[in-house]
Amino acid sequence: MSAFSALIGRELKLAFRAGGEALVLVLFFIMVGVIVPFAIGPDRPMLSRLSPGIVWIAAFLSTLLGLDRLFRADDEDGSLTLLRHSALPLEAIVFGKLIAHWLVTAVPLLLATPILALLLSMSVEQWWRTALALLIGTPALTAFGAIGAAVTVGLRRGGLVAPVLILPLSIPVMIFGVGMLDPMTGGGATLFLLALSLVVTAFSPFAAALALRTAGE
Amino acid sequence: MSVTAVKQPNWFSRLAHPGQFLNWSRYFVWPLAILTAIGFAVGLWFAFFASPEDYQMGDMVRVLYIHVPNAWLSMLVYGVMAAAALGSLVWRHPLADVANKAAAPLGAVFTAITLFTGALWGRPTWGTFWEWDGRMTSELVLLLIYLGIIALWRSFDDQGKAGRIVAIVTLVGAINIPIIHYSVEWWNTLHQGATVFTATGPKLPGSMLIALFTMLFAFTLFFALLQIVRMRTEILRRRAESMSRQAALRGVSA
Repeated sequence: MSAFSALIGRELKLAFRAGGEALVLVLFFIMVGVIVPFAIGPDRPMLSRLSPGIVWIAAFLSTLLGLDRLFRADDEDGSLTLLRHSALPLEAIVFGKLIAHWLVTAVPLLLATPILALLLSMSVEQWWRTALALLIGTPALTAFGAIGAAVTVGLRRGGLVAPVLILPLSIPVMIFGVGMLDPMTGGGATLFLLALSLVVTAFSPFAAALALRTAGE
Repeated sequence: MSVTAVKQPNWFSRLAHPGQFLNWSRYFVWPLAILTAIGFAVGLWFAFFASPEDYQMGDMVRVLYIHVPNAWLSMLVYGVMAAAALGSLVWRHPLADVANKAAAPLGAVFTAITLFTGALWGRPTWGTFWEWDGRMTSELVLLLIYLGIIALWRSFDDQGKAGRIVAIVTLVGAINIPIIHYSVEWWNTLHQGATVFTATGPKLPGSMLIALFTMLFAFTLFFALLQIVRMRTEILRRRAESMSRQAALRGVSA
């Protein structure tokens, strides 16, 4: 367990000390929210109606943009090879990296949602429901993303292929995430999203570790 | 010193050896092609002349005989790819890699034809080319998954390594496709429900069923034919590549 927490600590330290990539992702997240009113017009009631969807699209795009930092740097400087030979099984290492990645990329997005809520004139209820949906849904996004990142880790053009692979697979996350705001179906959607998040998070370390092993052979 | 007995390969691994595959599959190509041609001839005759018009849709109903077989194949091909993916991951079989690679573009084309004929059919009957209905949307997502897998195949230089990586993605997709399907159904539904396989028996007249099943049969044979030819081509292409690499090596060392 100590090796596991040390791994998470290492990931967090790397993320905070090396250039603040997490902040850039938050910046991107907010920027997507900012350009939407230019595209569809500054009509506040319409923006308010569309805002949960816009926030979800922004979260999707930021998650995909952050995928590359999950395994790429560790693969290039050789620490991934080192980690593969550690006492921890590779599945546990991937799970640790997943937790750290979620803390670094998804939690700042959650903290930034009030800004988007203000800009897109969300009501308070819309805002906390969207934030809750993101809190439940982002682990699934990160876990799908880990599979995409692991599968493309050895590829020079991987940065573009991973989002194309992951996006169709994560459509259910989007459906249930936005569905949580519907008063008719919200309860069912919440349960579905929770189930999806748990299943994908449990399953993804195994698939990603298998891909990393294959890529490293 | 004891003589270790060499394990005799079973019939399946003998047949699945790439060189053996090239040998025995050659005898399947022409018979399959002829059977497919006969199947299409009979099926199209039934579809155009020996089956009734629909009382509402008129002749438009005949799109059914292309639309349904392609929709069936769009799912069957993914099943074949998932089985091949198991073969790559569990037995590391090179023929399974080849099968996955050969099937992906076929699946993408069958799925695209399903969507295209569906759009042609939807325009006169529903009044729209496209609707965000559950089944149509999951078919579209399936097309995107096929295209993603093809993109992944193409982005690898080393096809041997690509096989196992793509197999992982194929299996993840196979687990996901039912989830996507039911979530999209939950989201929105307009498409008509099951018509042929229902608890109370088929709701179509007999002549239409004959035409439909002949076309299903012909299209499935067509897929089998294309799959075998594509697998043969891929094996020969890999062989040619390794031969040219060896020739280049000899050229350098000589």
